Amino acid sequence: MATLTYREAIRAALSEEIERDPNVVILGEEVAQFNGAYKVTEGMLEKYGPKRIVDTPISEAGFIGMGIGASMLGIRPVMELMFWSFYSVAFDQIVNNAANVRYMSGGQIACPIVIRGPANGGTNVGATHSHTPENILAHHPGLKVVVPSNAADAKALMKTAIRDNDPVMFLENTLLYGVPGEVPEGDVTLPFGRAAIAREGKDLTIVAYGRCVVHSLAAAEQMKTEKGLDIEVIDLRTIRPLDVNTVLKSVAKTHRVLIVEEQRPFCSVGSHLAAIIQEEAFDELDAPILRVGTIDAPAIYAPPVEKQFQLPNPERVVAGILKVMR
Amino acid sequence: MSKKPSAPAETGAAPAVTPSLPSPHAKAPANAALTAEQKIELYRKMVRIRRFEERCLPVYNAGKIGGFLHLYIGQEAVAVGACSLMGKDDHVITAYRDHGHAIAVGMDTKPLMAELYGKVTGCSKGKGGSMHYFAPDLNYWGGHGIVGGQIPLGTGLAYGVKYQGKKGAAMAFMGDGAVNQGAVHEAYNLAALWDLPVLFVIENNRYSMGTSQERSSAGELGKRAEAYDMKWYVCGGHDLYEVRATLDEALRRAREQHKPAVVEIDTYRYRGHSVADPDKTYRDRKEIEDYRNTKDPLQIFQNQLVFEKVLTDALIAEIDAAARAEADRAVEFAEASPFPTAEDIQKDVYWETDQAQRTSEGRIFFNNID
Ligand SMILES: Cc1ncc(C[n+]2csc(CCOP(=O)(O)OP(=O)(O)O)c2C)c(N)n1
Ligand SMILES: [Mg+2]
Repeated sequence: MATLTYREAIRAALSEEIERDPNVVILGEEVAQFNGAYKVTEGMLEKYGPKRIVDTPISEAGFIGMGIGASMLGIRPVMELMFWSFYSVAFDQIVNNAANVRYMSGGQIACPIVIRGPANGGTNVGATHSHTPENILAHHPGLKVVVPSNAADAKALMKTAIRDNDPVMFLENTLLYGVPGEVPEGDVTLPFGRAAIAREGKDLTIVAYGRCVVHSLAAAEQMKTEKGLDIEVIDLRTIRPLDVNTVLKSVAKTHRVLIVEEQRPFCSVGSHLAAIIQEEAFDELDAPILRVGTIDAPAIYAPPVEKQFQLPNPERVVAGILKVMR
Repeated sequence: MSKKPSAPAETGAAPAVTPSLPSPHAKAPANAALTAEQKIELYRKMVRIRRFEERCLPVYNAGKIGGFLHLYIGQEAVAVGACSLMGKDDHVITAYRDHGHAIAVGMDTKPLMAELYGKVTGCSKGKGGSMHYFAPDLNYWGGHGIVGGQIPLGTGLAYGVKYQGKKGAAMAFMGDGAVNQGAVHEAYNLAALWDLPVLFVIENNRYSMGTSQERSSAGELGKRAEAYDMKWYVCGGHDLYEVRATLDEALRRAREQHKPAVVEIDTYRYRGHSVADPDKTYRDRKEIEDYRNTKDPLQIFQNQLVFEKVLTDALIAEIDAAARAEADRAVEFAEASPFPTAEDIQKDVYWETDQAQRTSEGRIFFNNID
C-alpha cells in the first residue's frame, strides 16, 4: 500500500498504461507543457515525450472526434476534458459517433477511447463549469460511465477503462483530487459494475457515488454517535454498467433507502435507481425511497449558498436520513 | 414522397456532348498507368453503382426501404475515381450519401441492398440503414448521418495511420453544405497543425438539400483551406480521369509528406436530395437536363474509352446487362433474407456484452423494463 492522492492515483494509472501499451496516448488541452489544468498529467510530458502526451487546441469536437476516429484503428486515446462541462461542444461526437458506431456497423467497429476529466460543482465556478453529466452519458447505450470516489478505485478503474474495448466516460472530481488514500501497489484493476460496500450497516441503505460517498460516510458516522444508527453506504463506482444486485441485497437487509447524488433530481441517476428498486424490491421497502441531490437550478455562484444549500453535504444527508427513518 | 419515377435510362438517353475528347487528363500519370482491364473495371463500377441505385427506386416506392434514401446518381466518378487510388493503408469515410463509396471500395451489393431492407444479412445486420454503411475490412469507415460529424473521425483515421508509422492517408468526404459545420473547421485546424495525412474532399453538388451554395456559403468552399495554411485543389468531378489526376497528386503528398489538403470537386446529383424530395422548388428541370446531357460521368468515361478503343458497343451492352442482373440479384437476396430478431436489438451495442466472457460485473448493462 502507498498513500496517494486521487490525482496521483489517476496519474499512476495513466503512466503505467502508457508504459504497458504503445497505443495509449493522452490528448487534451494543457495536458503536456502546462502539466494539466488540474495537474493530473504533471510531469508526464517530460517522462513520455510529445508523441504520447499531446496538447490540443481548444477544439473539443475536433479532438474528441479525432480520438474516436483513431480508436477505430486501434489507438487507445485517453482524452482529457479540462472540465466535463465542456462535453457539450463535443456532444455530437460522443453520442453519435463513439456511442453508435459499433451498433450502426453491425458490430464491426470497436471504439476503445477514454474521455476523462472532472465533473462536479462546489468550486464556485458557476453554471457553465459545474455540470455533472453522468446521467446524460449513461442514457446512451454504447457508453460506459465511471465515477470513482477515492484514490484506490480511481487508479484501478482507470486501468480497466484504458484496457476496455468500449468508449468509457470517466468522471472525476476537482474536490477529490487532493484527497489521499491507501492505494495497493502494482497492476491492480477493478471490474466495472462492482459496487463497493463503503460502510456496513443494517438500519438504512445509502446509495451514492463519487464525492457523495464521502458526504454519506460522514453523515453515517454522525448518525451512529447521535442516534446509534447503523447505516450501510454503497459506492456504485460505475453508473453503466450498474451493480443493481448489491443495492437490492442491501435493501433486503435494511428496508430503507436514501440515494445521495450530485445530480439535479429531474431525470437523474437517482430517479433511475429508485425506479429499479421499487420494481424489484417493492415488498422489501418500509419507507419511500428518498433522494438528496442538487437543488434543481443552474449552479449558483454565491460560494456559501452553493456549498450549504444547493449541493449535497453531510448536513443535508443527515436530514435525508432522519426523514427516511421517521 | 415522390411518385413512381419514370426511370429513363440515365446513360445513352440523350445525345451526349462530351466537353472535350480525348480527356485532357488521360495522360496524367495516374491514368496513363492504367491497363485496359483496369479502365473497364472503373467504368463497370460506375455502371454498377448507377444500376444498383436505380434498382432501389422501385423498391423504395414499394415501401420496402424505410427512412431516407439519398441517391448518388450523377456523382459516381467522384467515389469511383477516388477509391480506385486507395492503397492498403488508405482509408475512406463519408456522409450519408454513401452507396457509391461503398461499391467503389469493393463492397458486395447483396448486403448493401439487404441493409436497405433492414435485413439481418445487411452489411450492418440491418442496424445502420442507407446512411450507415461500413466495411472496416475494406478501410471504409462509414456512412455518417450527422452533416460534418464524420470529418473529425476522418482526421482521427489519419492521426492513427501516422501514429502507427504507416504510409497511408485518409479521405474524408463531405458535401458542400457540410463545410459550414464548426467540427469541420476544428478538424481542418488539427490536420494542418499536426501535419495529418488527410484529404478533405468536398463533393460540391451545388445544393445542400434545397439550399444552393450561393445561399449558404460565403466565398469559395475550397479556399477556406487557406486560412489553415492548407493546400487546396478544385477540379471537375464529371470526368473520372480528372478526379484521379487531382486526387493522385494530393494523396501522394499526404502519404509521403503527411500533408493534408482540401479537394473541392464539382459534381451534380440528378435526383432529389433524398427520394422523399419532390425536387420542385429550388432548381430548374433544365439545369438537371443540361448536366445529364453534357456532363454525365458514365457517358463521358464511356465516350473516352470508346475513343481509346478500350470499350466496344458489345462490351458496353454486356457491362450494362451484368450490372442490371447484379442489382436484380441483390433485390432477390434482400427479399429472401430475414429481419433481425427482437433479441438482436441489444447485440452490437457494447463490444464487451457481445463476448462470451464479460469483464465487467453488474447486472444492468441494459435496463429492460418488461
Ligand atoms: C447536423 C445536421 N443538420 C442537418 C441535417 C439534415 N440534413 C441532412 S443532409 C442535409 C444537406 C447536406 O448537404 P451537403 O452537405 O451539400 O451534402 P449532399 O446532400 O449534397 O450530398 C441536411 C440539412 C443533418 N443530417 N445533420
Ligand atoms: Mg451538396
